[in-house]
Amino acid sequence: MARIDLDHIRHSYLPNPQKETDFALKEVHHTFQEGGAYALLGPSGCGKTTLLNIISGLLHPSHGKLLFNGHDVTNLSTQERNIAQVFQFPVIYDTMTVYDNLAFPLRNRGVPEADVDRKVRETLDMIDLADWAKRKARGLTADQKQKISLGRGLVRSDVNAILFDEPLTVIDPHMKWVLRSQLKQLHRRFGYTMVYVTHDQTEALTFADQVVVMYDGGIVQIGTPAELFERPKHTFVGYFIGSPGMNVLPVEVDGKTAKLGSLAIVLPGTPEKTGDSMELGIRPEYVRLGRVGIGVSISKVEDVGRHKVVRAKLEGREIAAIVGEDEEIPAEPKLRFEPAGINVYADSWRVEMRA
Amino acid sequence: MERTWNNKAWFLVLPVLVLVAFSAVIPLMTVVDYSVQDTFGNNQFFWAGTEWFEELLSSSRFWQAMGRNLVFSAIILAIEVPLGILIALNMPKKGWGVPVCLVLMALPLLIPWNVVGTIWQVFGRNDIGLFGYYLNKLGFDYNYVQDPLDAWFTVILMDVWHWTSLVVLLCYAGLVSIPDAFYQAAKIDGASRWAVFRYIQLPKMQRVLLIAVLLRFMDSFMIYTEPFVVTGGGPGNSTTFLSIDLVKLALGQFDLGPAAAMSLVYFLIILLLSWVFYTVMTNYDAER
Repeated sequence: MARIDLDHIRHSYLPNPQKETDFALKEVHHTFQEGGAYALLGPSGCGKTTLLNIISGLLHPSHGKLLFNGHDVTNLSTQERNIAQVFQFPVIYDTMTVYDNLAFPLRNRGVPEADVDRKVRETLDMIDLADWAKRKARGLTADQKQKISLGRGLVRSDVNAILFDEPLTVIDPHMKWVLRSQLKQLHRRFGYTMVYVTHDQTEALTFADQVVVMYDGGIVQIGTPAELFERPKHTFVGYFIGSPGMNVLPVEVDGKTAKLGSLAIVLPGTPEKTGDSMELGIRPEYVRLGRVGIGVSISKVEDVGRHKVVRAKLEGREIAAIVGEDEEIPAEPKLRFEPAGINVYADSWRVEMRA
Repeated sequence: MERTWNNKAWFLVLPVLVLVAFSAVIPLMTVVDYSVQDTFGNNQFFWAGTEWFEELLSSSRFWQAMGRNLVFSAIILAIEVPLGILIALNMPKKGWGVPVCLVLMALPLLIPWNVVGTIWQVFGRNDIGLFGYYLNKLGFDYNYVQDPLDAWFTVILMDVWHWTSLVVLLCYAGLVSIPDAFYQAAKIDGASRWAVFRYIQLPKMQRVLLIAVLLRFMDSFMIYTEPFVVTGGGPGNSTTFLSIDLVKLALGQFDLGPAAAMSLVYFLIILLLSWVFYTVMTNYDAER
């Protein structure tokens, strides 16, 4: 296992990057602690996979250094870095049996056959393919093939880190859940350093201790799932995490009050900084619907099972609120913002508030 | 439900049937007709029964030509298939090199066969041919007109030059269809260059390779034009393949009966081998 330091890493796919926009990955300076479970979360094309491939050595960064346990590995090949990586789409060796597929990474490294057998059998049990061991891999379903890919990632116990590049995309929902909990268990048992790329927030939040949210080639926030939920550093994090995402309303800030059109909302404190555009962010979970507060008109109620999502209009703006499954929606509904859930953003970045 | 029988559709295939009849079936039947008769001048025909077939199958001339054909096919397959794979593996996968390589590879395939023959006929000559002249200059005693071994060497070299491209192009098509993720995964798994070839590239090329082998086998088994132009089947009979022998028999000696019998046997051999290949390939598909 290793601690991974990304030292001012930037990457561009262009031969001569000039502008900031030429970079697929803007400067990243971060440390993945030894034995940590991290998720890289972000929309497609935000640079997650680029970052992952730089760690595994499939890509050489244009700028910056990469260190494993303090040793510079920037110029080492993938093989020398001793990394396991699982890809989005199943990669299997068609002509081999399931067993040989799993044994492949071990045999390539000259592991004694007795150890190979022990490790492969362990892994087969883990991915629940023990009965298929002797079968040719090409006849399997996409699910099973991806499990083999996962298995090949997990079969070596001496790796510096295990990287996952949206590994569960092709797996069906039930199996996804099972495999994710297995990965989590493995992490607890063996303490692998794991980096998991995904665009699915549930996956990221359930898998990782620390979630790295990426947007447009840069890291916007690194934090625990709770931090990302309560204190999104950037409005993007607010939108991207949560279902539905955070309500972001353009406001004018004057001391402790935020003006939204003709409405005045009392803030829990005075923002330390103001910018050209100020916004108030509040998660639907903190928007209370009742008989006191600001009058709104409800446009839609979505019952999602555990709770109801109420879509309403406030000063001409869409706003979402979450209401308990058996709570009643009053005839003349009024909104109230819970002070604990209010965040203020100056030019899309969160600002602290003084009491 | 009652089925309505409507045979009008047959009229739609009629033109094709007529065409095939005139271009294939009728000529073939004419050959069958010749093969059981003896001909003399004035268009006199006499019934000969299976005489020509018996004569053919017991003639050493036929079996020798057949042997030469099989040896020739075996040699060119043994050279062109590995060489084709090797070249395909080393062709660029992207950038300006791709079109350049593809055009270079396609060039020999675009040249008419008799021109290929003429090119090598001149190329290999000792007096004015670059190849023949310089081989002799370098101290090799090379003369394809007199030495059977040199004649074989020339014919094989010509075929390799002419047809390896086909194997290259087919293999290349198989190779470019492999997603990058496979190579990346192989790197992660620590696979050697050989393991990448053996477990990723070769399995992906397997299907196109089968087709390449089939095409090259059929073509080389029927080869006529190029050796005919270069060596004319000589020196002696050393490069007389079945097709060349057949033309000698039919057009040179005008022995229509024996030539017809030989055509039929030749045809049946190719049909049989095609069937074998077809069965092997379909079995292979079913196994997948």
